[in-house]
Amino acid sequence: MTDIQLDPSKRGYWTSNQEVRWCPGCGDYGILAAMQFLYTELDVDRENTVFISGIGCAARFPYYMSTYGLHTIHGRAPAIATGLAVARPDLDIWVIGGDGDMLSIGGNHLIHALRRNVNVKILLFNNQIYGLTKGQYSPTSEVGKITKTSPMGSLDTPFNPISVAVGAGASFIARTHDMDRKHMIEVFKRAHAHKGSSFVEIFQNCNVFNDGAFDSIVKRDARAEMMIDLVHGEPIRFGADNDKGVVLDKGAAKVVKVADVDESDLLVHDERADSPTHAFALGLLADDNQSPTPFGVFRDTTRPEYAEAATSQLLAANEADGPGDLGALLRSGATWNVE
Amino acid sequence: MTNTADHIDLTTIDQVVIRFAGDSGDGMQLTGDRFTSASALAGNDLATLPDFPAEIRAPQGTLAGVSAFQVHISDHDIHTPGDAPDVLVAMNPAALRSELERLRSGGMVILNEDAFDERNLTKAGFTADPRSDGSLDDYVVHQVPMTKLTVDATSDLDVKKRDAERSKNFFALGLISWMYSRPTDPTLDWIKTKFAKSEAVIASNTAAFHAGHAFGETAEMFASQFKVAAAPQRPGEYTNITGNVATAWGMIAAGQLAKLPVFLGSYPITPASDILHELSRHKNFGVRTFQAEDEIAGVGAALGASFGGNLAYTTTSGPGVALKGETIGLALSMELPLVIIDVQRGGPSTGLPTKTEASDLMMAMYGRHGEAPMPIVAASTPADCFDAVIEASRLALKYRTPVMLLTDGYLANGAEPWLLPDVESLPDISVPFTTEPNAVDDEGEPAFAAYLRDEETLARPWAIPGTPGLEHRLGGLEKDAVTGNVSYDATNHSVMTDVRQAKVDGIANDIPEAVVDRSADSAGDAPILIVGWGSTRGSITSAVERLRSAGHHIDTVHLTHVNPFPKNLGEVLAGREHIFVPELNKGQLVRLLRAEYLVDAKPISKVMGLPFTAAELVDHITEGINR
Repeated sequence: MTDIQLDPSKRGYWTSNQEVRWCPGCGDYGILAAMQFLYTELDVDRENTVFISGIGCAARFPYYMSTYGLHTIHGRAPAIATGLAVARPDLDIWVIGGDGDMLSIGGNHLIHALRRNVNVKILLFNNQIYGLTKGQYSPTSEVGKITKTSPMGSLDTPFNPISVAVGAGASFIARTHDMDRKHMIEVFKRAHAHKGSSFVEIFQNCNVFNDGAFDSIVKRDARAEMMIDLVHGEPIRFGADNDKGVVLDKGAAKVVKVADVDESDLLVHDERADSPTHAFALGLLADDNQSPTPFGVFRDTTRPEYAEAATSQLLAANEADGPGDLGALLRSGATWNVE
Repeated sequence: MTNTADHIDLTTIDQVVIRFAGDSGDGMQLTGDRFTSASALAGNDLATLPDFPAEIRAPQGTLAGVSAFQVHISDHDIHTPGDAPDVLVAMNPAALRSELERLRSGGMVILNEDAFDERNLTKAGFTADPRSDGSLDDYVVHQVPMTKLTVDATSDLDVKKRDAERSKNFFALGLISWMYSRPTDPTLDWIKTKFAKSEAVIASNTAAFHAGHAFGETAEMFASQFKVAAAPQRPGEYTNITGNVATAWGMIAAGQLAKLPVFLGSYPITPASDILHELSRHKNFGVRTFQAEDEIAGVGAALGASFGGNLAYTTTSGPGVALKGETIGLALSMELPLVIIDVQRGGPSTGLPTKTEASDLMMAMYGRHGEAPMPIVAASTPADCFDAVIEASRLALKYRTPVMLLTDGYLANGAEPWLLPDVESLPDISVPFTTEPNAVDDEGEPAFAAYLRDEETLARPWAIPGTPGLEHRLGGLEKDAVTGNVSYDATNHSVMTDVRQAKVDGIANDIPEAVVDRSADSAGDAPILIVGWGSTRGSITSAVERLRSAGHHIDTVHLTHVNPFPKNLGEVLAGREHIFVPELNKGQLVRLLRAEYLVDAKPISKVMGLPFTAAELVDHITEGINR
């Protein structure tokens, strides 16, 4: 990732006058700051930017941006954003939600927004817990998790958000985490530049109900051995001594010691691959917070954007039938005159 | 008629009710629809009642699979598809068994005798052949070998026998078209257009239609041909229209009148899908139709489009409204324009998907959590759906509120002649977007107060993304009464609850007063008042015409606006001896009237999947008066 010089004096322009009310120490603060800093970097107008959220802690996000915004109902943000994106292809639209909002009550809308490839940028704040309702297990919580609703351990197998996005046919898929502002900004910038639906999973710490869930991966002293930086066109390698890598073994991605394999066997990251199998394999490389975990852009491919396609149908109809004429429409069936 | 043979009289009649009935796959809806169109072009007044099962193809020959289409044509003003058919065309035993009881005594039965074999009789549940056991003694019966004659007529064509048999509905149409002296050219032209993809189908349908027509003339079976003269109608240009098409066209018209792009977010559901189908065909009006992943996404997408400055709709039926409830509440809280169109059907749950009912009024009124008042508009005839959509859209835009438009399965699929409006005479329903700051912030800088209301309408400003300087956030959390920022203040919530109610109540000042239809010789208020809403209009009008001719002194009032009520409604209801409220539910409007006006209004209920017949209403009202 390139080094970004941030100018704090510009951040205020993207900050609303509303008091931020997340718990002190919440990972959401870092994500908000990253987004506001991203906009200091982008050459776009505030009035053309819209943040749309559902319900949950993350969903308060739009109130804190000085752009247009909607704080809607649980799970429905991708659907509402889709309507706005289809009606107003000129706007920059972000969807903000947590793991409950996006993968539980709103799972259906998420997958359909992704498969349609409508031009919305979806940020999933994954903290593996329900925060706003005070600590029940979520669809990304690990099996056996003890919470108020699972005193003997959760029985649910969690979703792997990257797998869900790949399965839904998302054209842009990435992962970042709330401890690294510059990484977030870089990933958000890529998501923003992508034409079509973008899906970004953010490992986000809930310091009240699930503190340290990702520490094993994202704590500074763990990063070198546990975070795998995906770079397009480069063999996938990581480790404090850059001594580990990823290979494909019978279709599955596997961590190996580079010394144990031929270097040419290392998997070369290809975010633009036509087939999603590469991204799918990388997504499954780790989903237990205990294994080396890929970060960065898994997939960035090109396919027709929904609103643009919808607009071209309007233009084609206009071309074929001429502009709509209400009087002619009313007379388009058989008519008769009464004297 | 020039082609009437010597042995046949031409009898002029003032009206006739014909019911076409057959298997779901027999094309009865198409046949009825074509006869209707030909009658419309002949200048008759008409009303139709398509009546079909939910299954696309129920098991062939069974009662469950019977599909019927009733059409009432006349030389005078009529309001209903007719109580009892005069003529029943039955394509198989199941159709005869299921529909015969509707036929008036002495009515005519035209049977496809080729379908009356033992197998079909058994499937229909007949233990004896109804043609010979005396059960048809009360009727004039004509048995016609329609399948055989159709196959014969197409024998010169290169069509398989099995395919040829499928044209037998056109034989029936040809026969009935001859019997009622319908013009043939419109139907022949229509066949060419409708089946343009297959020359063979055009040829066999045309041959079958001609054969049916010729059979009537030459078979010496029918002593009389009938003529129904054109009905005196107001001068102008007419078309034949169903409620769903009128609804779709109303949406297009409203977009033009509001000078806004139209957006429809919808999920297919019977009987509302045809609105989405129709609107999807007219993208050259700049109309965006979005088939969502579910009902919730349909209304959600519409709300998103509304935030973006589109005139937004969602179309559905009862089960869909139940799913959309939370989003409607959000629209109400965000105070954004949105029109929800509920084509009502029998409930609860999946209920009777293809049958009409008007039992969603209470859901429209109260079917959301919290204090959530929402205006309700109800269409009363198929063509009225056009005006009702424009009115619902006007209120949504002007008051920045979701509005529920109620139609029903009967209006949706029923047809009537429509005197086309002069496009220039339609109302301007456009509203301005807010483009400039309307307040100042704490530092004295220009600011946008998203809930600073118009003093007259109580509508909040509508500023859309893309407008510089007016960036704001809307949400479902309670909002400060001026700035729109999140507010948990108790007094503020009370104020906002009151103002949301006051805004809807205030619409009463912006809608026409209720118009009382009085007996021609009436001096003042009649002792009896019938209050209706929605699709019962035609049935009520017909019933009251009969009651008035029998000497009863009766007024009627029919409501287009159900919430709020017209402001004179209390006066209209006051001082009556009897108030009857016919509804296709178990008494929903009547409860609202009793609660609001403390009057002794009585329900007249029907939940049989069908509209009231005029005779039923006459009986109920007479009984109510005499009780």
